[in-house]
Amino acid sequence: MDWEFFIELGLGGLTRGSIYALIAIGYTMVYGIIELINFAHGEIYMLGAFTGLIVAGVMGVYGFPAFAILLMAIVIAILYCAAYGYTMEKVAYKPLRGAARLSPLISAIGMSLFLQNYIILAQTSDFLPFPTLIPDFEFMEPIAHIFGSTDLVIVAASAVSMAALTVFIKFTKLGKAMRATAQNRKMAMLLGINADRIISTTFIIGSSLAALGGVLISTHSGQLNFMIGFIAGVKAFTAAVLGGIGSIPGAMLGGLFLGLTESYAAGYISSDYEDVFAFSLLVIFLIFRPSGILGKAPVEKV
Amino acid sequence: MLKLNGVNTFYGNIHALHDVSMHIDEGEIVTLIGANGAGKSTTLMSICGGTPPRSGEITFEGQPIHKTKMDQIVRLGISQVPEGRLIFPDLTVMENLELGAFLRNDKDGIKRDMEYAFSLFPILEERQKQAGGTLSGGEQQMLAISRALMARPRLLLLDEPSLGLAPIIIQQIFEIIQKVNASGTTVFLVEQNANQALKIAHRGYVMETGHITMEDNAATLLANEDVKKAYLGL
Repeated sequence: MDWEFFIELGLGGLTRGSIYALIAIGYTMVYGIIELINFAHGEIYMLGAFTGLIVAGVMGVYGFPAFAILLMAIVIAILYCAAYGYTMEKVAYKPLRGAARLSPLISAIGMSLFLQNYIILAQTSDFLPFPTLIPDFEFMEPIAHIFGSTDLVIVAASAVSMAALTVFIKFTKLGKAMRATAQNRKMAMLLGINADRIISTTFIIGSSLAALGGVLISTHSGQLNFMIGFIAGVKAFTAAVLGGIGSIPGAMLGGLFLGLTESYAAGYISSDYEDVFAFSLLVIFLIFRPSGILGKAPVEKV
Repeated sequence: MLKLNGVNTFYGNIHALHDVSMHIDEGEIVTLIGANGAGKSTTLMSICGGTPPRSGEITFEGQPIHKTKMDQIVRLGISQVPEGRLIFPDLTVMENLELGAFLRNDKDGIKRDMEYAFSLFPILEERQKQAGGTLSGGEQQMLAISRALMARPRLLLLDEPSLGLAPIIIQQIFEIIQKVNASGTTVFLVEQNANQALKIAHRGYVMETGHITMEDNAATLLANEDVKKAYLGL
């Protein structure tokens, strides 16, 4: 067995899985609180990538160093996408709270199409090149052929932000209030928790992580267009289901699991079929373990 | 302290509460008894903003509260122990209690009140790191009451605290309710277990299909022939 190839695929899967996990968190948190699959979440990620591109373009003209551009691109993309996520909830979902479950779902698909077409009109429908914003670190030289500096930054940034989120959810007052609202919104409100504010916070956090993922993956793949959100969104949704929708650790685990599966399947079988493997995995899980890796089987409430 | 005046509440087209008027004075234990589906829980949810009345008035210490949102009620000094207890199952006992004090910022006071809750229900202290969902029904009821007390309410609303519990636990819960009342908290107790409820209450109301049909001192109601027949199984 060729171990170097095996490790290379593993590391590639890790990079890919980190991004899936970042986006999957947004799906799973929103589902956990309002039981909605936010189909427009992938578009937030795409908007993040475009915001990053615009910031990189402008700052590139003035000759800023690549790392400063990257930081600025991430910060602005996060702010911009957080605002989008917040507004999206207020415009497309909040008026439908209490409506039949299908209505907000349709609204989500509408929002997704709206944002895609907005980018086609405002930007372009063609692929655009995205500059490399992460310089090659010297210490990465020996393994750069299998795990580059960009991969390192992606994995590290994802790990740090997910760890921060975990601490926030577990230990802060707002984090506890979010968990309480997810478990029983009515009771949370009886304790004085403003559920609307919790829901907004959820959208802001999910959108921020998606924005981070959008900028990072674009500098990795070197290109973007208006459809990247759709594909990444479907994959991240798959990751969220694999991990157990509603569970944040599940989304992280599901993302990595999906990334690794795709990477190995592409490497050992055929890269033409990597999407087939991802979605076969989804089908298999939905049939045999619909609650996902960490999800709990729903308890029938009496 | 709390007054309901001609309250009418609807679920869609269903008229659930008909001209309900009642009052709860400071320091009292008042109970609302009635059969399943009479509108007892709806009365509580109307007070808490969960199902706002379509007409009528609810005042708390003279202030109208029938337009107040559910998440603002606890701010006024009204805590609810809801039907079915509604413990957050994946949060620990400690976290459930902390959230009871969500609007408070006085760390020392919160700590003292938590110790007070543990003194009322020592079992909760033993189980403080356990998830709420792993507690027994009785323990969950104890936690629900403690969580409501963490907000330092002046009025405590209890919805069927005896539901589904063993007689010995019910006894314990009702003793605690009396203790809480003795320490200065006014109590509004909604119960199907009319016998137990009337024994600890000062006054009582009887509700039938959304109407208040009787109101009197608890002792008088307990001796009333109609009440005996309908609710005490005598």
